[in-house]
Amino acid sequence: MANDVRTVDRKPTGPTPVKDEKRTGLGDYLLFALTLVLPPRYTPERVRYDRRYRTLDKYRFISWFLLVPLIIYAILVISPFFQAFYYSLTDWSGFSSDFNMVGLDNYSRMLEDDDFWASIRNSLLLLVVAPVITLGLGLFFAFMLQAGGRRKKSDAISGVTGAKFYKVVYFFPQVLSVAIIGVVWGAMFDPITGPINELLRTFGLGSLTQSWLANPDIAMFCVLFVMCWMFVGFYVVLFSAAMGSVPKDIYEAALLDGASRPTTFFRVTLPLIWDTVQTGWIYMGIQALDGFAVVHIMTINAGGPGNSTLVTPVYLYKKAFDVGQAGYATAVGVVLLIITMIFSGIMMLLSRRERIEF
Amino acid sequence: MSGEIQVTSTTERAEEDDEAVTPVGRTPEPQAPARTPKRTQGGVLNVFSIGILILWVVMAAGPLIWVMVNSLRDSADITGTPFGWPTSLSFENFTNAWSDANIGKYTLNSVIILCGSLPGTMLLGSMAAYVIARFSFRGNRFVYLLFAGGMMFPIILAVVPLFFVMDNFSLLDTRHGLMLAYIAYSLPFTTFFMTSFFRTLPGSVAEAATIDGASHMRTFFQIMLPMAKPGLISIGIFNFLGQWNQYFLPLALNSTEKDKALLTQGLAELSVNQGYEGDWGALFAGLSIAMIPILIVYMIFQRQVQEGLTAGAVK
Repeated sequence: MANDVRTVDRKPTGPTPVKDEKRTGLGDYLLFALTLVLPPRYTPERVRYDRRYRTLDKYRFISWFLLVPLIIYAILVISPFFQAFYYSLTDWSGFSSDFNMVGLDNYSRMLEDDDFWASIRNSLLLLVVAPVITLGLGLFFAFMLQAGGRRKKSDAISGVTGAKFYKVVYFFPQVLSVAIIGVVWGAMFDPITGPINELLRTFGLGSLTQSWLANPDIAMFCVLFVMCWMFVGFYVVLFSAAMGSVPKDIYEAALLDGASRPTTFFRVTLPLIWDTVQTGWIYMGIQALDGFAVVHIMTINAGGPGNSTLVTPVYLYKKAFDVGQAGYATAVGVVLLIITMIFSGIMMLLSRRERIEF
Repeated sequence: MSGEIQVTSTTERAEEDDEAVTPVGRTPEPQAPARTPKRTQGGVLNVFSIGILILWVVMAAGPLIWVMVNSLRDSADITGTPFGWPTSLSFENFTNAWSDANIGKYTLNSVIILCGSLPGTMLLGSMAAYVIARFSFRGNRFVYLLFAGGMMFPIILAVVPLFFVMDNFSLLDTRHGLMLAYIAYSLPFTTFFMTSFFRTLPGSVAEAATIDGASHMRTFFQIMLPMAKPGLISIGIFNFLGQWNQYFLPLALNSTEKDKALLTQGLAELSVNQGYEGDWGALFAGLSIAMIPILIVYMIFQRQVQEGLTAGAVK
């Protein structure tokens, strides 16, 4: 029996189902309360045969099951979230327990902070460009896999041979840790031992060789590239699944009308999976705004050279844990949250269109 | 290629516009010449598209294969000549990485954390989800939105206060502390996903169990949880990869003691050290140790993994 696996030593908050009763005395209330905290096995006889026992049993179950998840969640997720807003108004260093309220000083300080603006610029670049490239490639590959194959007589559309294989390989980066990806690409971009420069030299393009991550003009594009590389596979699989659920007869109809493949894609496939594209866009935008691990691991001095690859989360982390400006760092975090929310809001408004049922 | 076909299509459409009923004799005429080029152009397109598809296979798998091949070469050989085959089969790099660079210990640390956090997430998440999905009580909606809202919420914003909350509870740099943090930040999505899954399960089975005298606990553990197995597998894979690959939380909450570092932290560290020592072999061996098991597991369960990871975005 799984009845007595856990004991909870706090009185749960679930309301005791006591309505007006003839013989309900204080003792009964105490018994009901006791029942709520005791395992079912130790339910007092008197309560067990009360006709309100079933409701009591239900609420006991609900409060026991919700109690532990809610406490963990409230302490470690909800409370830091609200504390962040509070600390963003203080000059707290993070090292000592005393701090003063400084109002909006942190926010006005941000306006004159060049590093902060550099980080915002880089983050916005990722936010705007990364989803376009990633989703574009994802849609292209997914459509190829779903409808790029030779036309067979029986099917209106057919995928390329080995579509499954491509999907499996494309998804590789998605199952690996960002830490691994950061280190692997750090080695890929290495000017001497990295294969990118070696390939360029082999093909006689030695003049194009770069110290990729040490060149402030190029480093950010390397970060952008790695971010896209990581996520393309995810969107190929996501969009393939969405395209697979589009009924075949719609494609048949398009084919009968003489639609070419690009027309089929833009006029049939894309509108039908627009919901998925929209969700994917928001998801990718949020991922791009993060970009912490790639920058922190791969780039020189986590955001260098200079601040050419500094993204806002890395800046926040440095301020909080390296130089001890916890108050200022949380203020940066609040700004980041606002940007995220504005982005999601804009995306939802822009891409709102009638949902097509099929 | 599309131009030609589109021309065909427009003429066809134009004809249809002219007269609703196309003369029977005329229809095959424009189609017959169009057929042949269509097939050849399809062939050209196929070569082109398959070329791009294969190019991306090289892009996606190439770096990983490069790392694995190089993990078998001598460090001295690797420097300066990135491409090459191992001259002799030696696993020296792997032993170096495993023991000298402590990758073995870091892997063990990661496994220990995961052994606590993954079952914890699954159990607590499905408990909360079950109650939310199948019982009506005051505050049900509120609790649900509380969890669902947490999904939108970036960890980075909470990390500074979280650090001090953990410090106050003396959970910083402890294994159970990190497990709790993993659980807490996996709960929103797990609960959200499982709630919608429990809602799809038929209520009649649970009712039958209740009539037979099963308690709520028993109904949950012996009836509903087994029925929710497909959902549990999806979300389990999602959480497994998410927690195993987690870099940010351990970096913020678990970085003072080197002994307790996780695999992801260890690899980042190894990459920095490699810069000083030039020991590429150990770095690549460390990376291979970290990625080969995951890739093998992925290839065995690829369908489930793909479904599990994309499930979040589809919902």
